[in-house]
Amino acid sequence: MSNAPVDKGRRRFLTVATTVVGGAGAVGVAVPFIASWNPSAKAKNAGAPVEVNIGKAEPGQLIRVEWRGQPVWVVRRTPEMLEGLAAIEDDLRDPNSEQPQQPSYAQNRYRSIKEEYLVTVGICTHLGCSPQYLQDSFGEQVEGIPSGFFCPCHGSKFDIAGRVFSGVPAPYNLVVPPHYYIDDTTILIGEDGEQA
Amino acid sequence: MFKNFVAWMDERIPMTKTWNIHLAQYPAPKNFNMWYLFGVLAMLVLVNQIITGIWLTMNYVPSAEGAFASVEFIMRDVEFGWLLRYMHSTGASAFFVVVYLHMFRGMMYGSYQKPRELLWIFGMLIFLVLMAEAFMGYLLPWGQMSYWGAQVIISLFGAIPIIGDDLTLWIRGDYVISGATLNRFFALHVIALPLVLVILVFLHIVALHEVGSNNPDGIDIKKPKGSVPDSEKPKFEFHERFTKKKDIVDAIPFYPYYVVKDLVGIGIFLFFFCWVIFFNPAMGGFFLEPPNFEAANPLKTPEHIAPVWYFTPFYAILRAVPDKLFGVILMFGAIVFLFLLPWLDRGRVRSIRYRSNFHKINLTVFVISFIVLGYLGVKPATEVYTFFARVFTFLYFAFFGLLWFYSKNENTKPLPERLTK
Repeated sequence: MSNAPVDKGRRRFLTVATTVVGGAGAVGVAVPFIASWNPSAKAKNAGAPVEVNIGKAEPGQLIRVEWRGQPVWVVRRTPEMLEGLAAIEDDLRDPNSEQPQQPSYAQNRYRSIKEEYLVTVGICTHLGCSPQYLQDSFGEQVEGIPSGFFCPCHGSKFDIAGRVFSGVPAPYNLVVPPHYYIDDTTILIGEDGEQA
Repeated sequence: MFKNFVAWMDERIPMTKTWNIHLAQYPAPKNFNMWYLFGVLAMLVLVNQIITGIWLTMNYVPSAEGAFASVEFIMRDVEFGWLLRYMHSTGASAFFVVVYLHMFRGMMYGSYQKPRELLWIFGMLIFLVLMAEAFMGYLLPWGQMSYWGAQVIISLFGAIPIIGDDLTLWIRGDYVISGATLNRFFALHVIALPLVLVILVFLHIVALHEVGSNNPDGIDIKKPKGSVPDSEKPKFEFHERFTKKKDIVDAIPFYPYYVVKDLVGIGIFLFFFCWVIFFNPAMGGFFLEPPNFEAANPLKTPEHIAPVWYFTPFYAILRAVPDKLFGVILMFGAIVFLFLLPWLDRGRVRSIRYRSNFHKINLTVFVISFIVLGYLGVKPATEVYTFFARVFTFLYFAFFGLLWFYSKNENTKPLPERLTK
C-alpha cells in the first residue's frame, strides 16, 4: 500500500469513466432481450404482405386471397355499382367512414384508393363470420340496391363499399387492410405505400 | 438439544434476533380491528397462488395448440386437478378482494400519510404487478374471453401516439395474438412477475416494520424517550431496537397476540374461500367467465367482451371517455392518483375517526363510485350506462381534487393522547 495522498480528480474520472462504460455495456446487453420480443422470422413470414394480380378481373368479379389467416376480397366494381353508392348514404351507420376501420387513404365514399377496386377483409365486424358477396341478388335484402354483402349468420348487410347498413347487428364497416398498387395490375396487401 | 440447535444457528445466522424483532418483541398497537386482517390474508392468498400455480404448471401446456386442451385435461384427468385449478382461479379473485379491502383500510385510517409514504408506494407497486399478473394469467387457459380480453387490453397500448402500433406488435410478438404471445405471458406469469411480487412484499414488510404499524386512531404509539412513566408502559418486553430511542405505549407483541387473532381471521376467510371453491367456482360468471369455456377463436368475437370483475372499475373509466387515447390516460390516471395519495392529502390527522364530516362523505362517495364503476364495467356500453360511467368517473377523480383542497385547513376533531378502544 502506498501512502500517497488520494488523487480525488483521478478517482472521480475513473468513477465516471467506468460508470459510463458499464452503463453502455448494460444498454448493449439489454438489446437482445428486448429485440427477442419482436415477431420471429416465422411470424413475419406468416404475416408477410400478399400480392394480388387484378389484371384479369372482370367487372363485378370478386377475387379472394388469404392474408394473415383472413380472407381478403378484391372486387372490381362496375360503374353502375359506384353510381349507386351516393344514393343510399341515409341508410348507413357510418357513411363517411369515421370509425377507424380503414387507412386514411381509403377514407372516402368508395373506401378505396382507385374507385374501381374495393379491397376489404371479408370478415363481418359483428361476430367474425364471412359475409356473402351478392353481385346481382342483394335487392332481396335491401330493395333497389342490386349488389352488396350479406352475412348469413346474423343478417348484417354491407353496401358495395363495405359500409354497414343501420339496424343490423354489425357495429362497424368492413375493415380495409393497408394496401397499395405496385403497378396497374398488381396490388400489395399488408403494407402502406408511399402515399401513407 | 433444541436449545443447542438454536444456539448453533444463532451463531451463524440471526435467527432468534429476527424472530424477536419482527414477531415476539415487535410492538403492535393494541387496538387493531378486523380491518387489519387483510394484509395477512393477502400473504396467505399469495402463498396459495404460488403453490397451486407450481402444481398447475406440471400439467399445463403453454402453446396455442395445447393450452386449452391441457386445462381440460387438468380439470378431468389429473387427480384433484380440478381442485388445484379452482384454488388458483378463486385465489386470483380472492387476492383482489383482500387487496382492495386492505387499500381501503389504508385510506380510512390515513396509513399512507407521513412517515408511511414509501410503505404505501410499495403497496401500490404490488397492486400494479398483481394486475399485470392477473391479466397475463387470464390469457393462459386460451379461451374465448382470454383471447379477446387480451386483444382489447393490448390494443390499449396502440392508442399511444407514434410508437403505439410498434409497441403492440412488440408486446404480442406477432401481428395477432398468437402462440408467441401466450408463451411470453406464461413465462412472465409463472416466474418473472411472481419474483417481483415476492420482492415487493418483502420490501413492503421491511418498510412497515421500520416505521411501525398505523392504527384505527391514527396516532403514534411511540412517544419521546423518557416522557412516559414506567407505570404507564406496557408490561411486555419489546426489542431494544424499538425501545432504545422511544417510549412505547399501548402496544402488544405481534407474537402471540396478533398471530392468534390472525388465525381466527384466516379461519373465517377460508370458510368463504372453500365455499366458493367447492360450491360456486365460477361465481356466477364473475370469477370464471362463461365464454372462456370455449377455445380461443381469432375469427369469432364474443358478443360482449368484459374483463374479470377486478378490472371493471378501470375498464368503465376507459369506456366513459369518447377519445381512445384520453380514455387510456384517464384509466391509468385513476391508478396514478392513488400512488400520489400521500402528497394529495395535506392533512396531519390520519384516521377518519377524527377527520371532518366532509372527508367522511368524500371517502364514502369515492367508495360508491368505485363500486358503481365496477358494476358498469361488466355491462354493455349503452347510452344510459355511459352517462352514469361519466358521472362516477368524475366523482372518482373529484375525491382526489377535493381531498387536496380541504385537507390543508380541515376542521378535524381533537386527537386523543393515547389509543382508545
